[in-house]
Amino acid sequence: MTPMASDTIPAKGTEAAADVLDARGVTMRFGGLTAVRDVDLTVAQGEIVGLIGPNGAGKTTLFNCMTGLYTPTEGTVSYKGTVLPNRSHEVTKAGIARTFQNIRLFANMTVLENVLVGRHTRTREGLWSALLRGPGFKRAEATSEARAMELLEFTGLAAKRDHLARNLPYGEQRKLEIARALASQPGLLLLDEPTAGMNPQETRATRELVFAVRDQGISVLVIEHDMRFIFGLCDRVAVLVQGEKLVEGTPDVVQSDDRVVAAYLGTPFEGVPEDEAVDEVAAAENAAAENAAAKTARSGSTTETNKEGDA
Amino acid sequence: MTTTTKTTAPAPTGGTLPLPPGIARLLAFGGAAGTLLSTFLSWTYTKEFPGNLTVYGYPGGLQLLTLTGALLTLAFLLSGQGLRGLRWLTPGGPNSAVRLLALGTLGVTGYTVGAIIKNLGGLINVDPGGYIAVTMALICAVGALGLPSDVPQDADHPPANPWEQLVHSLKAPAPGRLKDHPGWVEILIISTAFALGLYLFTFGIDTDYPELFVGFMVLVAFLFPALGRAGLTGQLGQLTAKHRNVTVTAAFVAAFVFPFTQSNDAYATIGTNILIFATVALGLNVVVGLAGLLDLGYVAFLGVGAYTAALVSGAPTSSIGVTFPFWAAVLTGAVASLIFGVLIGAPTLRLRGDYLAIVTLGFGEIFRIGVQNLDGTSGPDVTNGPNGIPNIPEVEILGFNLGEEHTILGFELGRFSNYFLLMLVCTIIVVTIFRRADQSRIGRAWVAIREDETAARAMGINAFRLKLLAFALGATLAGVAGTVQAHVQYTVTPEQYQFVEAVPPNSAFLLAAVILGGMGTVSGPLIGAALLYLIPAKLQFVQEYQLLLFGLALVLLMRFRPEGLIADRRKQLEFHDTGQLDVPKEDTGLNDKVGV
Repeated sequence: MTPMASDTIPAKGTEAAADVLDARGVTMRFGGLTAVRDVDLTVAQGEIVGLIGPNGAGKTTLFNCMTGLYTPTEGTVSYKGTVLPNRSHEVTKAGIARTFQNIRLFANMTVLENVLVGRHTRTREGLWSALLRGPGFKRAEATSEARAMELLEFTGLAAKRDHLARNLPYGEQRKLEIARALASQPGLLLLDEPTAGMNPQETRATRELVFAVRDQGISVLVIEHDMRFIFGLCDRVAVLVQGEKLVEGTPDVVQSDDRVVAAYLGTPFEGVPEDEAVDEVAAAENAAAENAAAKTARSGSTTETNKEGDA
Repeated sequence: MTTTTKTTAPAPTGGTLPLPPGIARLLAFGGAAGTLLSTFLSWTYTKEFPGNLTVYGYPGGLQLLTLTGALLTLAFLLSGQGLRGLRWLTPGGPNSAVRLLALGTLGVTGYTVGAIIKNLGGLINVDPGGYIAVTMALICAVGALGLPSDVPQDADHPPANPWEQLVHSLKAPAPGRLKDHPGWVEILIISTAFALGLYLFTFGIDTDYPELFVGFMVLVAFLFPALGRAGLTGQLGQLTAKHRNVTVTAAFVAAFVFPFTQSNDAYATIGTNILIFATVALGLNVVVGLAGLLDLGYVAFLGVGAYTAALVSGAPTSSIGVTFPFWAAVLTGAVASLIFGVLIGAPTLRLRGDYLAIVTLGFGEIFRIGVQNLDGTSGPDVTNGPNGIPNIPEVEILGFNLGEEHTILGFELGRFSNYFLLMLVCTIIVVTIFRRADQSRIGRAWVAIREDETAARAMGINAFRLKLLAFALGATLAGVAGTVQAHVQYTVTPEQYQFVEAVPPNSAFLLAAVILGGMGTVSGPLIGAALLYLIPAKLQFVQEYQLLLFGLALVLLMRFRPEGLIADRRKQLEFHDTGQLDVPKEDTGLNDKVGV
């Protein structure tokens, strides 16, 4: 996908060639606290991998290790066979782009300018070129703008190109962040909770967008708390608990794993509740679920069908 | 006018004063006309008050300002009435413009009469003409305040108190799109606007007694908002956006003509110093306005440029003793500043925000103290210590000595006029560099770093390198200005380059000029610098309380107009929700996808 993809084929193993991202034995310590412990994670070409785990499990820390914001205490992260540099701008240049958990757009720049900033690593017009304004400069600016507009079309933001990023509604800010990340022509896109705070409709739109990104040949690694979203989206899901990888596998495998349930809900303690109590809780939950389902009846059903179709 | 009244809400929205519109209009008309006529009367008995206000039938000095204010008020009133031929004056809100102008006229007239009373000691010194003028201006203002407001009131939130009522009545609708004229007409309009601007500027500089300057400032302070409310500035903005190059050229032609309008070289000095100040402020705007690096020691780069130029230009006390031609001195100064900028920037730019500000403040002072101590006793003899380097020779370009008086096309150009023109070339270069750098990949990266450095890094921007680039570019531009400044002022001393000092440019005033004018814009720092230099240069009493007044001005500015006098598009949207872009439209793209 990226220009650099072809020239750095790894010499290591045949398996690594298929993996876009290969994190091996990543450990991250902050003083006495071990946030991430010995985690292995791979993302293959054209794959969507999910990363889930309870709050504080170390998901974002792992992300930051993969994007050069942190240097792992131990272990290596390689992208297409080459070990990543430990500066975030060089990581982006290598081909990994990311979005942030709390949206970090350039709030006072326009939508178009935001995406153009994303093109920074793929253009190299320096200050002299900008001051002299030769034909090369104009050509590069025109290409950048055309490419940025393509991405805005792709994410459905083309009509808002001259709006300030801060004035976009929440869902569109998320989309713009993805468009900006795509502008750096990545081979791997890291999404940190892309649907946080979204309504069901926006969540569905995001899912479609991620599929569309994957269809362009870009691998995706997603952190998410919305289980329905993640299990409907990902080819493979890894569960991180207290900094360690607990399970990894297809959504079905992960969903049915008792340890995952335990990690999220806690293990049953000594005095296991009576069957009656359990039934009572189950009944109450069912009622609540039905209520919720009735509210979003139509939207809920489309989600189900979509999930079937895509899986 | 008729169209606007039709579209307003059914309930007539009154002005600040509850007057029937007819009477209000009558009062405003009568008052304005009366003020106009009263300027032909004598306002005071003696000629002791500057400007000679004693003559009947011949307004002079401050009376002229009142006359102008009254004339403009009348014109806008008539335009509001839909008088054919004057309607172009008020494409926006006619009444709010009239209100501001009437208040401005009242301000000038009131100030004049007050100044007569104060200067000459007593009410007795005012002629009946003066009282008539104030009364008429007051009537006009009352009438103007009674005119209906241009924007219909929000029925749900009526103004709670008179102040809100007044603020509301000064709001005006944005002007519509200007209808297309032939190209030459539009260019003519732009040129006229700049000619008027030049006239205003030279009038301000040429005021030869402080009362006239204060009156002038009062009128201008009301005139510009009035033009804005009337929609004229908005439409001019549309035109200038359409003819970008014409505008820039017109601006520089206007600046170029300035020395030719000056018969007195003393006023050309002010112009030259303003240009130096403005150019350095523009360089600082690269660092502060674009890259968002708060630099409190910026004047040190100006100092490096000036000292370098002084050392290599053959001043008798120079420790180097070489004599470079001017162009080589400029290059040397620029390169020296560049090196100094990189040397200071490399270690400090790893810091962010407040820490960076403090460290740059420290480095700025280190420069001054360092230069002070390179005097042969505390250190090697390079800069002659606190005595500085005096007697820097005049610039000579192609045999044209800038220190001498020349006659060009019958205009006598004195020393400062020559340097003004030289500095203007500098300014043009700096403006070009600023604009081009701003509208490029580099400029976008700077703004991105200013907005969110972490996100900028994640987008592949090498933040440190780009910040260093901004710092170095800013330093170089200041260095270039410094080389000219050294020649203009004959002497460089360490005391010129400290954080706060009585005379701009210094770090604090440079920053104030950028913030006052508007960060990230070209015209902002130019206007900010002009105001900050002109006001203390013209008014003795301001000089005494300079810092106090600037502090006050900055506080007021941050409260009422945080984007600065000239707002760039971004800042305008940032600080004032215009409503125009805020409305989240139902996104069609999203709905389409759900349907699939």
